[in-house]
Amino acid sequence: MGNKDYAILDGKKAISVDKLITLISFILLLIIVVIPIFMIVFNTFFSQTGNTWKFELSMFIRQMTDTKNLAAMWNTIVIAFFATIFGTIMGVFYAWLLGRSDIPAKGLMRALFNIPYMFPPFLGAMAWDMLLNSRSGYLNRFLMQTFNLSKMPFEINSVWGIIFVEVSYFFPFVFMQVVSSLERMDPTLEECARIAGASQGTVIRKITLPLMKPAISAGALLILTSSLAHFGVPSILGYAKRIYTLPTRIYAIIYNAGGNFQGIREGAALSVMLVIVVSLALVLQNIILSSGSYDIIKGKSMRPTLIKLRGAKIPLFILSIFTLILIVVVPLVMIVLMSFLKAYGLPLSVSNFTFEQYERVLFRGGGTVDAIKNSLFVSVTAGIVCMFLGTLIAYVVQKIKPKGKGALEVLSMLPYAIPGTVLSIGVILAWSGGIFGINLYNTIWIILVAYLARYLSFSMKTSSAALLQVNNSLEEAARACGASHSESLSDITLPLIRPAMVSGFFLIFLPAMREVTTSILLYGPYTRTLGVQIYSLREAGMIPQAAALATVTIGLIVVLNTIVNQITKDRKGV
Amino acid sequence: MGDQIVLRNVTKRFSTKTMGDIVAVDNFNINVKEGECFSFLGPSGCGKSTTLRMIAGFEDLSEGEIELCGQLVSSKSKNLYVPPEKRGLGMVFQAFAVWPHMNVFENVAFPLRIQKVNNMDINQKVAEALKHTSLTGLEKVYPSELSGGQQQRIALARAIVTNPKVMLLDEPLSNLDPKLRESMRFEIKALQRKFNFTIIFVTHDQSEAMAISDRMMVCDMGKIMQIDTPENLYNKPVNRFVHNFLGESTFVEVVIKDGKVYPKGHMDQNININIPSNASNEMVIATRPNEISLTKETDGFKTHIEKRTFLTDRTEYLVPIGGQLLKVQTPHRIRFEQNEECFIKFVEPMWYEADDKEAEKERHKRQLI
Repeated sequence: MGNKDYAILDGKKAISVDKLITLISFILLLIIVVIPIFMIVFNTFFSQTGNTWKFELSMFIRQMTDTKNLAAMWNTIVIAFFATIFGTIMGVFYAWLLGRSDIPAKGLMRALFNIPYMFPPFLGAMAWDMLLNSRSGYLNRFLMQTFNLSKMPFEINSVWGIIFVEVSYFFPFVFMQVVSSLERMDPTLEECARIAGASQGTVIRKITLPLMKPAISAGALLILTSSLAHFGVPSILGYAKRIYTLPTRIYAIIYNAGGNFQGIREGAALSVMLVIVVSLALVLQNIILSSGSYDIIKGKSMRPTLIKLRGAKIPLFILSIFTLILIVVVPLVMIVLMSFLKAYGLPLSVSNFTFEQYERVLFRGGGTVDAIKNSLFVSVTAGIVCMFLGTLIAYVVQKIKPKGKGALEVLSMLPYAIPGTVLSIGVILAWSGGIFGINLYNTIWIILVAYLARYLSFSMKTSSAALLQVNNSLEEAARACGASHSESLSDITLPLIRPAMVSGFFLIFLPAMREVTTSILLYGPYTRTLGVQIYSLREAGMIPQAAALATVTIGLIVVLNTIVNQITKDRKGV
Repeated sequence: MGDQIVLRNVTKRFSTKTMGDIVAVDNFNINVKEGECFSFLGPSGCGKSTTLRMIAGFEDLSEGEIELCGQLVSSKSKNLYVPPEKRGLGMVFQAFAVWPHMNVFENVAFPLRIQKVNNMDINQKVAEALKHTSLTGLEKVYPSELSGGQQQRIALARAIVTNPKVMLLDEPLSNLDPKLRESMRFEIKALQRKFNFTIIFVTHDQSEAMAISDRMMVCDMGKIMQIDTPENLYNKPVNRFVHNFLGESTFVEVVIKDGKVYPKGHMDQNININIPSNASNEMVIATRPNEISLTKETDGFKTHIEKRTFLTDRTEYLVPIGGQLLKVQTPHRIRFEQNEECFIKFVEPMWYEADDKEAEKERHKRQLI
């Protein structure tokens, strides 16, 4: 054994593959994540006069005390709070109903309950706006005529309207977590309590719910952070009545500034405010839910005893079906119907139907085809780059474990906790000439950079989980068989985690295809994405055209999802 | 002493997607006496766990009725079903089923809290249960910080704290390592003596069942094979399955012709042995490998040593008899070399009807479910 090999064994590594990829990971994270975040904070608290930067708190304080901004903050908190409460209750209730009771048609209902998860919420908001806005909502008008009401019965353009739509798209976070947790739970834990004399209701209260607590709080946390950072629903439903949340307020400020640097700085200050709110919410949640955590429960797989609902079976079944129709079927049908309508406001009768909207939107210019191309390009590129980069970082964190691995992990997960709107502002500040004179503003590349930062954590998470499953002994066995370090990497580890990498790609590609929050702040004249295009068509009052493009998008999402499910099914690996 | 647990004509049918209807438990009739330790023993899929779960009230019956302490708790014909929490049982599960969100004290106190026992009595009863399971001092500890053996003790303490008359143990030892398993066995027996409850003990481990039970039931493919004391089951198994399941067994398929016994397919040398009166033409003789006499004297069936294996406490020889290989075990002092000539004699073997190929197929099918 040479000296170099000894050095490697002792941990004093010479320049090696490991060291190189560790270095690369740090540099890339610095560029993608650290610089934009730094730029936000820097620009909030420092102002430029001539060539010197000087610390300045007044602008931040002005923004913090502006009544409009405070109202937006209050709305953000109220919406997030109630969306979390109602979403969690709904998610837990339906998870239990489908996981533990003898309600009929479980498989079908479960599939349907997952639909809101892949459906972009802002399209749902569009649909509900068409149905229930207080000027001309179709359902509102129908109810008014049928029951002879003096005014429109519902007002979707309100805080409660926003909460309703957000709940219907965010509750699957809790639903899915709790369902899978219920499935992994050892049913004897519940049976034991029955033997000890507890009734069914007591078992749910004292055993099942407490055991589900980690899953419930993980899901609730997702709803909370998603809602605080959410742009689509409040912007579609809120603008008409000037109801702002922090993300939509930031958008409005940037939009009105029209590229003016002071406006962008104000946006940055508001972003800091939003990040503070999100962080406080996380801290608060931690305090409330800190008591006791335990790993979820193993046990021999056995079919759990299903709880007989008896008399409540039919009413609960009807309730579930009603819920599904309300949150899944109604918005979908409304968008599709609208896309065939000659003009918004006409009655929904066959005589008013036409294919013209599709023709207009797809074949008569107006940038839609470009938008589809742009979206495909950025989504695929972001997916591929993140897939490799995320795996690289995951490998460094899980296997190489260098000094500062914690920092690496935090840095790659950070954008996940930072609202998309905030990230966009950081990207604008960093890459429109601010650093090294690189100006990507109004190009497709600035959107790509933002997507990379936003989605990196997705692929990093899936690859990390897969790498944890690859026992070190597998690589060591390859080394023992005579493979070098890099050979064992490429011949053993990579093939084993390839399926996870592929699913990491789709985890990024699919949401990126329908993204609006970041791209709406970053698009230029020729770089609209699909989401932005639908959004602007609607803003411009071309509602049936927006619906037509939305229908195309939904179709695209469904087709892509089906393909993904086919590909990722029955794969070897971990 | 009366019968504390009575099963009358208990039958359980499941419908499966792939195999159609399966009779998991076929007409079980069992009487377990007060204070008895009664084991359900059999391979997986034999119906032992299903039977236990029917006694506990987690499964409905398809037919028949169950009586606990003189009270009917399940009856199909009378459409009666008492839910598990009202049956007053203690139960310990294979996976311990200790609640991870409660500390040791709260786990054990849970049944008492459900019964709304006052706090002073709870403290005293839990303390006693913990003392008897050697858990004193661990009250405030959470189960995840404890070893498997300690977790199983929590489960035991929780089961005895209400002083139930009947204790159901569902493979409680199979998640423990062998040393611990043995000591837990003694602890369970000691607890039984102290609290005087009736035990139903489900296991697939025959030596465990032998050591702990007063009587046991061996079942296979949803049918009761035999119910008896461990000794009788070992010495007088009623069929080949029971013989094979309890202890080591070796079998020879034989043909009876003109009052003589030949190994099946080899009519050149007969086995000198008494034929039972009810024997048919084709039979199987069964015995234990250590009950066959293996000698150099020219007395018995002449053959040779095919293979010799030195085991720790005995030597094992494989000896051809006709076309079949017989397993013979001897103390180390009786020594034969490979290929050496030898003579074997059977000492009071058991006689069974020839193999039922259909039964084997059925078993295989069930184990796939």
